[in-house]
Amino acid sequence: MLDQEQGYVTADGRQIGGTVMDMRNITLRFGGVTAIKDISFDIREGEIRAIIGPNGAGKSSMLNVISGFYVPQEGDVYFRGQKRAPMRPYEVARQGIARTFQNIALFEGMSVLDNVMTGRLTQMKAGILSQALWRGKAEKEEVENREICEKVIDFLEIQHIRKTPVARLPYGLKKRVELARALASEPKLLLLDEPMAGMNVEEKEDMSRFILDVNDEFGTTIALIEHDMGVVMDLSDRVVVMDYGRKIGDGTPDEVRNNQEVIDAYLGVSHD
Amino acid sequence: MFYREAGDFKTSYQDDNQTFPIKFDRYRYYFVLFVAFAIIPFMINDYWVNAVFLPFLIYSIAAIGLNILTGYCGQVSLGTGGFMAVGAYAVYKLMTIFPEVSVLIHIVLAGVITACVGVLFGLPSLRIKGFYLAVATLAAQFFLVWLFNRVPWFYNYSASGQISAPERTFLGEPITGPATEAWAAYLVCLVFVTLSAIVARNLTRGSLGRKWMAIRDMDIAAEIIGVNPLGAKLSAFAVSSFFVGLSGALFFAVYLGAVEVGEVFGINKSFLVLFMIIIGGLGSIFGSFAGAAFLVLLPVFLKNVLVGGLGWPTDLAAHLEFMIVGGLIIVFLIAEPHGLAQLWRVTKEKLRLWPFPH
Repeated sequence: MLDQEQGYVTADGRQIGGTVMDMRNITLRFGGVTAIKDISFDIREGEIRAIIGPNGAGKSSMLNVISGFYVPQEGDVYFRGQKRAPMRPYEVARQGIARTFQNIALFEGMSVLDNVMTGRLTQMKAGILSQALWRGKAEKEEVENREICEKVIDFLEIQHIRKTPVARLPYGLKKRVELARALASEPKLLLLDEPMAGMNVEEKEDMSRFILDVNDEFGTTIALIEHDMGVVMDLSDRVVVMDYGRKIGDGTPDEVRNNQEVIDAYLGVSHD
Repeated sequence: MFYREAGDFKTSYQDDNQTFPIKFDRYRYYFVLFVAFAIIPFMINDYWVNAVFLPFLIYSIAAIGLNILTGYCGQVSLGTGGFMAVGAYAVYKLMTIFPEVSVLIHIVLAGVITACVGVLFGLPSLRIKGFYLAVATLAAQFFLVWLFNRVPWFYNYSASGQISAPERTFLGEPITGPATEAWAAYLVCLVFVTLSAIVARNLTRGSLGRKWMAIRDMDIAAEIIGVNPLGAKLSAFAVSSFFVGLSGALFFAVYLGAVEVGEVFGINKSFLVLFMIIIGGLGSIFGSFAGAAFLVLLPVFLKNVLVGGLGWPTDLAAHLEFMIVGGLIIVFLIAEPHGLAQLWRVTKEKLRLWPFPH
């Protein structure tokens, strides 16, 4: 059905491109516990790919494998057609993969602007001497990257708090700042770990709009974990369903919704 | 009233990135510089320089150095005294081996040498954090003092085991050795302090500073957004040790003139500088100055009041001085755990709106 190089057209008419991220037969163990069992799936250029499943299914572990935080015992990760050697998370970040965290992981002691600017660190290359004197490359780079960050800040509508220390912000805004920090790096692949956890309906609507806008305007490929089924079904183009570390479903929201194994996993099944 | 942002519009990011974005702040900074460079040198005598200005200026550099490591990068260090000793012995060896080179260059080189030593002792920070790292740096403190005591090459085989600074001149004016004029020593230290503060400020507001602060606030998240923890931590150790080495070199060459390592650069010194940045404010350049001023000026002030003003016996005053300083430190930390810098920040916030409450 899906061609490796050619993409497909979504229900709302967007053209999805070739494979960006290809996970092949990933197995991840922690001692005797197998968190992920032989899972394969791909993420395609420009799509919104959801990973869902009950608690403890291994979704966050999967995201951690993609972002280089865990190295799987078996299986290979292909990013943009290249097999990825085991690497440190900061090297993965330099390849253009950004993420947000389930529990907000902002730098509390810094202002919103500084937090967003940390998203540009992989692009800032000025030497220590230039920085010490605040002349030449360092100053130029600071302004150029500031412009990119300001665009992101505009986009996510957090201009009014740009100089506020992050520690003072409410939860919903912190989530947005974290998204801003990830976006500031202009990622090729954006990983969102429960971007709407703990939000009320309005905040969820806002966040959904931002995710769709990011995908639409920047063409960013997005992989997200989310528990709110309504949101997942509305946002995503394709869904991977995990349960107990195995993949039990993969396809468009409609296909997944009608998959008997998925229904069993979520609603339980009688053993008689 | 006059401390206002209103009407002070920024039209470029360069303007917004300034160290002192508010006009009034900027003018005050220029004013302080003007007084420090153009007025104080003509007014001071030996007492003021040796009791107040030199220790304040030199400790400020050390506090800036430690603040970069502990306040900005979150790595606790108890090795400051040892690193100051490295700066002092490095400048001593350089001065005696290359007497024809300017001592100012030697002082900077001493900072560079200390930076290298700092990186070496910073290597454990890649594996250990918090209190355990503090203990590891404590090892550096004791090892370095031991080294300078036991290896005669470092003190040029002198009989006393001390090092003493030979006379060196700059533009014909002696700036080290016993013949140094008070104002010359003051100006040398002032120049180094000013440059150190500017460099430290530039480093901490740029990308390197953000890397350090990211590591301090949440090291795992920092790594995931692309900060190499190895590079960030070691660069913090290097920059921090550079400043600490500078201060050690000045402390020996310009201020004391003769040094016995265990006495001058012992563990007490490490704690003193650590207290300075805690009282002054972690993660703030201004806090480094405030903390140094607090711990240098307060004893002098108390001594003058108690002995000079009230006519108490010196020994009684000395003991009371300890008690008062200790008590004040505790009061301060309870009242404002984020230090004098935070107090200053809050005052400025209030001043911006004054006389209106909102």
